[in-house]
Amino acid sequence: MSSRSAGLLGAVCLLLLLLAVRANAADSDRQVIHVLNRLAFGPTLDDFNYVKAIGIERYIAEQLDPAAIDEPIELRFRLAQLPTRGLDASELRQLYGPLRPVLGVKPSLDEIRAQEIRARRIERDAAAARIWKAVLSRRQLQQVMVNFWFNHFNIFSGKGLDRIWIGNYEDRAIRPYALGRFRDLLFAVAEHPAMLVYLDNTENAAPGSRGAHGAASGINENFAREVMELHTLGVNGGYTQADVTTLARIFTGWRVNPPDSTQFPDVAAIFDGLRHDYTPKVFLGRTLPAGGREQGLEALDMLADAPATAHHIAFELAQYFVEDAPPPALVDRLAARFLATGGDIRQVLATLFASPEFLGSAGQKYKTPYEYVISAVRAAGVPVNNVRPLLAWMSRLGMPLYGCQTPDGYQDTEAAWLSPQAMIERIGFAVDFARGFVPVSAEPADFEAGMPRQAHRPDPVDPARLKAIFGSTLSPATRAVVASAPARMRAVLILGSPDFMRR
Amino acid sequence: MSKGPSLPRRAVLRASAGMALLPLGRAAWAATAAGGPQRLIVVLLRGAVDGLNVVVPYAEEAYYAARPTIAIARPGTPGGVLALDARFGLHPALSSLLPLWREGTLGFIHAAGSPDPNRSHFEAQRYIENGTPGDSTTPDGWMNRLLQTLPGPHDPAEAISLGPTLPRILSGSAPATNLELGPEAARPLPIDQPRLAAAFDRLYAGDDALARAYREGRQARSEVLADLAREAAVADAGAPPPRSFAARAARLGRLIGGDPRIRLAFIALGGWDTHVAEGGHQGQLANRLRPLGDGLAALAGGLGTSWRDTVIVVLSEFGRTVHENGDRGTDHGHGNVIWVAGGAINGGRVYGEWPGLAPDQLYQHRDLAITTDFRAALAAILSAHLHLRDDQLDRVFPDAPPVAAGLTRLLSA
Repeated sequence: MSSRSAGLLGAVCLLLLLLAVRANAADSDRQVIHVLNRLAFGPTLDDFNYVKAIGIERYIAEQLDPAAIDEPIELRFRLAQLPTRGLDASELRQLYGPLRPVLGVKPSLDEIRAQEIRARRIERDAAAARIWKAVLSRRQLQQVMVNFWFNHFNIFSGKGLDRIWIGNYEDRAIRPYALGRFRDLLFAVAEHPAMLVYLDNTENAAPGSRGAHGAASGINENFAREVMELHTLGVNGGYTQADVTTLARIFTGWRVNPPDSTQFPDVAAIFDGLRHDYTPKVFLGRTLPAGGREQGLEALDMLADAPATAHHIAFELAQYFVEDAPPPALVDRLAARFLATGGDIRQVLATLFASPEFLGSAGQKYKTPYEYVISAVRAAGVPVNNVRPLLAWMSRLGMPLYGCQTPDGYQDTEAAWLSPQAMIERIGFAVDFARGFVPVSAEPADFEAGMPRQAHRPDPVDPARLKAIFGSTLSPATRAVVASAPARMRAVLILGSPDFMRR
Repeated sequence: MSKGPSLPRRAVLRASAGMALLPLGRAAWAATAAGGPQRLIVVLLRGAVDGLNVVVPYAEEAYYAARPTIAIARPGTPGGVLALDARFGLHPALSSLLPLWREGTLGFIHAAGSPDPNRSHFEAQRYIENGTPGDSTTPDGWMNRLLQTLPGPHDPAEAISLGPTLPRILSGSAPATNLELGPEAARPLPIDQPRLAAAFDRLYAGDDALARAYREGRQARSEVLADLAREAAVADAGAPPPRSFAARAARLGRLIGGDPRIRLAFIALGGWDTHVAEGGHQGQLANRLRPLGDGLAALAGGLGTSWRDTVIVVLSEFGRTVHENGDRGTDHGHGNVIWVAGGAINGGRVYGEWPGLAPDQLYQHRDLAITTDFRAALAAILSAHLHLRDDQLDRVFPDAPPVAAGLTRLLSA
């Protein structure tokens, strides 16, 4: 072999090696972004570099143990500025609920109106906390699961007193159990006054009972039906109309404490024995002896332990984390894990994240509007001083936060969200946001303090930051279009690309 | 209403007046001799509207016995129903529809609905939308399958839905679009700028689902924007349109009336799940029905001369319990009433076999029974109004029951 041909061979080998290294790097970047698209609301530059450094296995293990992760000081600082967080449900009602007569004098219409306006602060605070955590928290999986479970146990801020309890519901009934045991989550939800209001159980009374009168003089099936259909067994979970009616009778008396109650005045939700049907009941084939609140607790236990519930939850988790029509074998494995661990959500997720179905599903999910907006903010790395423009965009894209009126929550499929109008509107968001016309960095006007609104200067998204995150993994077609576009259009095109519409 | 035996669908078609005059091989969806293309507008009331308080069976003693606080009084009494005939009366909040009833362009089919016994809102809506009750695996919606029977090439403006998402009823392989008709509808978007549009056109040049949705969105936007600009100039005289449903419905009517490509439209309205404090002639349900009635009247007005070629169908996923519950509301039931309106409708009458409200006449001892399958009602409209052939009807509603003989006169000749 001549030295010249040997040199050529060497050069070819080196080139192949370099290409292989680059291909491996792209593969590894792809897995990092995949994990951040699913366990988090998409990559930030910091998270991208962090996961690259420690590897996806360690990142997954960390995310499954959120208590061990320190939150950034910026997030803690921002959350500390939200005065209505941390109040319990009865305090919220005392401070922000409907005004009561004082010494027999009813509040005036102006006073009632002023109180309603004051109460709007609660939903604003809840939404700000939700968005800031989704954007800034390092406990990303916990935020993802709060979003998932809130949607699974959806309530609507426009229903009665839920406007003042919506944040408390999220913080007290959902968040503490988001990676815990499903049973604890179910009980916390079923006993929270916001759910009792939302699904009308606060009006559910045994007909003819001493506590049955006025608006609550008989059985209301709404909660009983949805707790089985949506929260636990699933629609084909093996219950009948008779089970719905029986469960409604079991839950008679689970209600919101009347505001003038002298009993347990600091508790917002109570069991009212005067409204309860104490008779023995046959529910899902099992006889429950005569009793009060314990009948409801036993029924919830039966529902939490039912194999149909395990399957229903396993399907929803696999649909969220893998694909719209998840492989039945995976769902079966997750359901088995759910049953074997007594409904330990963390264990089910650990099994899911280790599965080949999960690892091989990159890009299979079309982002919901919530995921699309949050992931754009995270990737762009712009400071969020004002969440309201983001909330407005979520509404415009068809997914107002706390605004889903029906108890099934928002759908989590491409079929539900992909539409001609949605594509045009999303691209509208990408353009406005990338050019800095979505004024998230401007401090909001604070009407209560009389502060003027700061003038907004457009703050365009830096395309170099997006390129540092997505540069190696964009599809060739997207890369070609971005590369040939003028610099000021590149961030627009990356955030509006098909690549960024999916997770 | 006659109780005649159901005829095979083909026999029914032949029997229906007017159809016999059609030449063989006439293309489905062909324009009428009078001119305009036939349209179908479907309004889905999500949440199960209480049909017994919409078209009230005021001659039934059992109705008043079952609803001590929410029944609507007999005609001629204060707050009473508006008499439609000797048996039924209209909720007084729907008074703006009375002129349509009187001129014979509004009718009802009572005791109608989906035969599936499921009382889940979400399952039942799925069945109303996919057109296959009991089978939740059907991937597309019946209005999309209907669209596929139109001769091609297809244009996304042929079927439109109001709102930010495309509902299941319109999803499938034929292009359809969704749009907003609120005050912001006609404002310019970044994508209207030529350089950006060119770059995004390249990003979405592929043949995947996202690229198709993008292109349909672009096409529909350019077409609808042109319509909206013309429509706004004529009708609103430049003033920003208000947000009410009536205003959006009037706008939709003018949009459809001015664009012969638009053949199907869909609107969903929520807020009908009246478990608590439903109210009677006033109250929660009345407050929902009034804007709906005003909106339908405005839609009819907005359609202009296209009204004569349009059929509007209003339906809901199921009805509500005959008896009011302990909270002065109603729970999930079964049979309901389907509303039909349009210039071609043989209105002014309540169709459907009335099953009665006595305890032994109720479905599962609690709900209004169903005597007309919603697919049979829709098939009657599809065959007589849109001239679908039997094989096309079978594609839109596979395994549907035959059109009941009583419905053959639903559309005028």
